[in-house]
This record gives sequence, C-alpha cells and structure tokens, in this order.
Amino acid sequence: METSTNALINTPRLADRAYNIRRNALRMGEVQGQGYIAQALDISDVLAVAYFHAMRYRPEDPSWEGRDRFLLSNGHYAIALYAALIEAGIVPEEELETYGSDESRLPMSGMASYTPGMEMSGGSLGLGLSIAVGMGLGLKRKKSEARVYTLFSDGELDEGSVWEAIQSAGHYKLDNLIGIVDVNNQQADGPSTQVMAFEPLVDKLQAFGWFVQRINGNDLDAVVAAFDAAKSHPEPKPRMIVADTLMGKGVPFLEQREKSHFIRVEQHEWQLALKALEAGRQA
Amino acid sequence: MKTVRSAPQPGKPRLTTSAMIASIAAEGQKTKPAPFGHALVELARSRPDVVGMTADLGKYTDLHIFAKEFPDRYYQMGMAEQLLFGAASGLAAEGFMPFATTYAVFASRRAYDFIHQTIAEEDRNVKIVCALPGLTSGYGPSHQAAEDLALFRAMPNMTVIDPCDAHEIEQLVPAIAAHQGPVYTRLLRGQVPVVLDEYDYKFELGKAKLIRDGKEALVISSGIMTMRALEAAQILKDDSIDIAVLHVPTIKPLDADTILREAGKSGRLVVVAENHTTIGGLGEAVAALLMRSGVHPPFRQIALPDEFLDAGALPTLHYRYGISTAEVARQIKQWL
Repeated sequence: METSTNALINTPRLADRAYNIRRNALRMGEVQGQGYIAQALDISDVLAVAYFHAMRYRPEDPSWEGRDRFLLSNGHYAIALYAALIEAGIVPEEELETYGSDESRLPMSGMASYTPGMEMSGGSLGLGLSIAVGMGLGLKRKKSEARVYTLFSDGELDEGSVWEAIQSAGHYKLDNLIGIVDVNNQQADGPSTQVMAFEPLVDKLQAFGWFVQRINGNDLDAVVAAFDAAKSHPEPKPRMIVADTLMGKGVPFLEQREKSHFIRVEQHEWQLALKALEAGRQA
Repeated sequence: MKTVRSAPQPGKPRLTTSAMIASIAAEGQKTKPAPFGHALVELARSRPDVVGMTADLGKYTDLHIFAKEFPDRYYQMGMAEQLLFGAASGLAAEGFMPFATTYAVFASRRAYDFIHQTIAEEDRNVKIVCALPGLTSGYGPSHQAAEDLALFRAMPNMTVIDPCDAHEIEQLVPAIAAHQGPVYTRLLRGQVPVVLDEYDYKFELGKAKLIRDGKEALVISSGIMTMRALEAAQILKDDSIDIAVLHVPTIKPLDADTILREAGKSGRLVVVAENHTTIGGLGEAVAALLMRSGVHPPFRQIALPDEFLDAGALPTLHYRYGISTAEVARQIKQWL
C-alpha cells in the first residue's frame, strides 16, 4: 500500500497476508475445479511481500500514476495475482466466485483489459520483461520514482526474448526494474532444469549486468530482505530476485503430490486443502 | 524437397542485385530524401510524447534523422525485434507514442506475437513503421515482405497503411499520430519518388482517393502500385485506353463506400494492383467486399505469386512477377 513502505516490518502480519492469498486462490480453484493452484501456492509469499511490504499503490485507484507497476508475465499465474489483488482490496472479494467463468473479470490467463490492477496481457510466455524494459525507460523519461516489478517463471528462461530484455535492461541500467523469477523447477513438459538447462542462473544474470539475489521464495523473512535490498541497492543496475519455491506450498498433500505443470486436484480435495492450509497456519 | 538451381548461362548480360535497399525511383524521377525521418522530426517538435525506437535499423528506416535531432528521445534496442515491440508497448503504457521501426519482414514474421499481444491486444498507441515492403529488395525471401499486409490485416485493433510516395509519407506521419491506437505502416526510405503531388492529393486516414478517372478499367491500388498504375495509364492512353486509378493507402479499415461506389459503376474492368502476395492483401479484401455487397464487375488481380520470390535485380524481378509499369499496362490491355 502507499503507506506500507513506512510500516514496521511485521512478518507475522505478512504471514497472514500470504495465508489469505493462498486461501483466496484455493477458493477460486474450487469454483473452477481446476487452476494452476500449485504455482499459486508457491508464489503467495512473494506476492504477500510485494503487495504488503514493497510496493506503493492505491487500492481505490489501481491506475494511480505514482504506483509501482506489477507485470505478470506468466499469465497462467493469474489465479495467484487475483488472490493478491483481492487481498489488497483492488478486486472485490465477491468476484472470486466468478473465476474463469463467462463474463468474469478474472479469466484463467491474465489480461490487462479484464482486471483492475493487471498491467499486461501475459500468457504468451516471455513477453513481460520486454514490456518492463519499455515501462522502465518510460518512467525514467517522466522522472517518476515508480518501479516496475515483473514476475516470470523459470520456464520462460527458455524464451530468447527474455534474454533480449535482460541484455537491454543491463544496457540501459534500469535500476527501476525488479524482476522476480519463480524457480519452482516445473514447466509444461517436466522439470525446468531438464527441459532446458538454465543454471548457473545467478552467474548468467550477473554477467548481463544485473544485481542478483537468490533466496528461498517461501521464507518470508528472506523475501522481505531481498525486496528491501533490491529497492535500496546503490548500483545503477536492474535487479533480479531468483526465488526458489515449492509447488503446493502450505498444503502438505499438494506439496507431496507428483509434480506437474497442471496439478490434479479432485473436487472433494479443495475443501481438504483449505483445511490443511488452516491447520498449517495454526501449527 | 530442396533442389539447387542450375548455374546461369555464360555470356548472357545480366543486371546485378542492387543495394539491399534499392531505390524504387526510376531514372530521372523526382524524389525526396528520407521523407519519414524529416516528417517525424517535424511532428516531434510539437509532440513531446513522440519517441523513436529501432532494432539496429535506424539508418535503414530513415529514423537516424530523428535520432540526430532528438538523441535523448531515441531508443536503440539492438537487433532484437521482439524486445523492440514489447518495449514499445511499455513506453506507450507510460504515455509515450513510440514510432518503432524495422524491416517489414521482421515486424510481421519475427515479432508477430509480440505485436499481437503487447500492442494490439492491449490497444497501445504504437506506430510500427517498416521498410522493405513487398518486393522492394532483391535479397530474396529473407528481406521480401510479400505477406505483411495479410498478417497485419488479420490482427484486431490494427490500422494498416501502404503509402505510395514521399508526398504521402510526409502527410501520414501527423495523421497516424492523431489517431489513437496501433498502426502498421509500410515505409519507403532513402530517395523516395514524389508522384502524388501532381494530382492535388491529400492523405486521409481510412480514405481511398480517385487519382484519375477513366472509362474502360478501374485500377484499385495501394503503395508503389499506385505509382505504377498511373505510369501504366500514360502508356495505355497512347493506345486510346482510358483507365481510372483509385488509390487505397489504408488497407484496414478499408474505405468500403468509395470502393463500392467506384467499382459499382458499370462497364469497367476492376483490377486490384498490389505489391503483395495474392493472398490476404488488398486484392482479396476488395474481392470479399464486392462479393458481400453484391457488386460483381469483371475482376482481376495484379499481385505477387504465392511462392518464395527470386533474388536478383529489382527491375528484373518486377518484370518477372508482373508489377513493373510495362507489365501492368500489358496485363490490363490483355484483359480488356
């Protein structure tokens, strides 16, 4: 929120936010009977920190000029971003019931023209960082202090355009650009590192002129520290947070389920998942 | 299966392939240098939101004129067309109006999805300006954008323009800036022929203009084929054949009213002439319009064939594929 940057770091409160984001996502999954729920659960901690610690925005005015931009390159993670936008008060909670349905503003793959707070139409993977470069250049032209956050997936590292954007962000020293790559090591055809080897990722990104941090993306304290460092780092470089995450995080039976891009959840399991999530919170 | 061509016959005189961006101006024709670059500079003086972007083809799209005048408003994105258009979308999202340039082949074929998703679907105010349209390079299919109009016509939200000459390019720059939304325009660069000034022509976005009237045939044309049709009209005049030329620079949205009015006048052969494959360009757009509207004049197409075009010298290729002035005149005469 606009004031959150001044708030005390309060990890338990962020844990509540992350819990609510996961809960919203599971409720949407139940509505549709499907969804990229394992990814939503893995990225909820990052979204909680982005929306409730790092970013400046006005829930009542999602296109406020001074807002930090959040680009969702991996459009299939929309279920997670909607969950965060609902928690942030940008999307009304009652719309959760419409997820993926006719006339809904919450389609299965995120699009800028459908949803308040959605800055780009993702889904065709590899687009986000290129748009972010343009936005970063544009914000500098306007002498704006807003930042561009871009979430993308490790599978997108296969796309040549991602490296075009990474190279140009280094060239233009876009210190207002903060990339977050979700390394859950799962893409459509299998483990990302096996589909197309991308390591050593940190070394590669550094060689392209980025300030890079690699963290456990499900450790809230680490995520907070990484976002803080990404914002305050003094060098004129774009910033990347490589977030290693666990698919299904927070719901043990989904964490342990065989890894898949589109994890199978039976209809009766959504309620079980919500209960498991709540049990984990109390523990 | 791939077959390699036979070696050419020895001793036969041959034209050589010209520079990659051969001038399409005929010997002695009136030309203007870099009309796009100069017009963009003029526009940018009163529009601080205008920025120029390219993918390592600034010099080859006349954007270097703008870069020299406004170096801090010029973005070199490197040889990376997907990035170019994604970043153009980002700059447009921040309120700027990017003029993004490259060759037509790269915008239409390499970066299509980026333009589709980040510019057209998001309705971003990006002006895509592309050199080497249709058959204006002798380098072969790598540089010949025979299908760009078909591809961009198929994209929702996209306005598509195929200008004829320097006079038109100068006028379309402020016109597309005044239009809110994505635009794809073909570009002629370098020494560009000046043709339409003699016809008291004014470019209006979305409007077809009758450049000359005639009784026997109506040529509906865009881009350099309007120039060729006007030249062919002079040749045919010597044979006492009187042809009309309707210039349709805006391929999408098509000026249906004017086309139907002119094509509906009875007794004329209708010929659509375009520097583009027969598939999906102005010819098929006009044909579908006529069919839908119940207007059925005799109809012919002058266009590039549905094949990978040869490399070689442009005059040879324009003759071979029927888009030279002489071939346009010959075909019309034959059809009458």
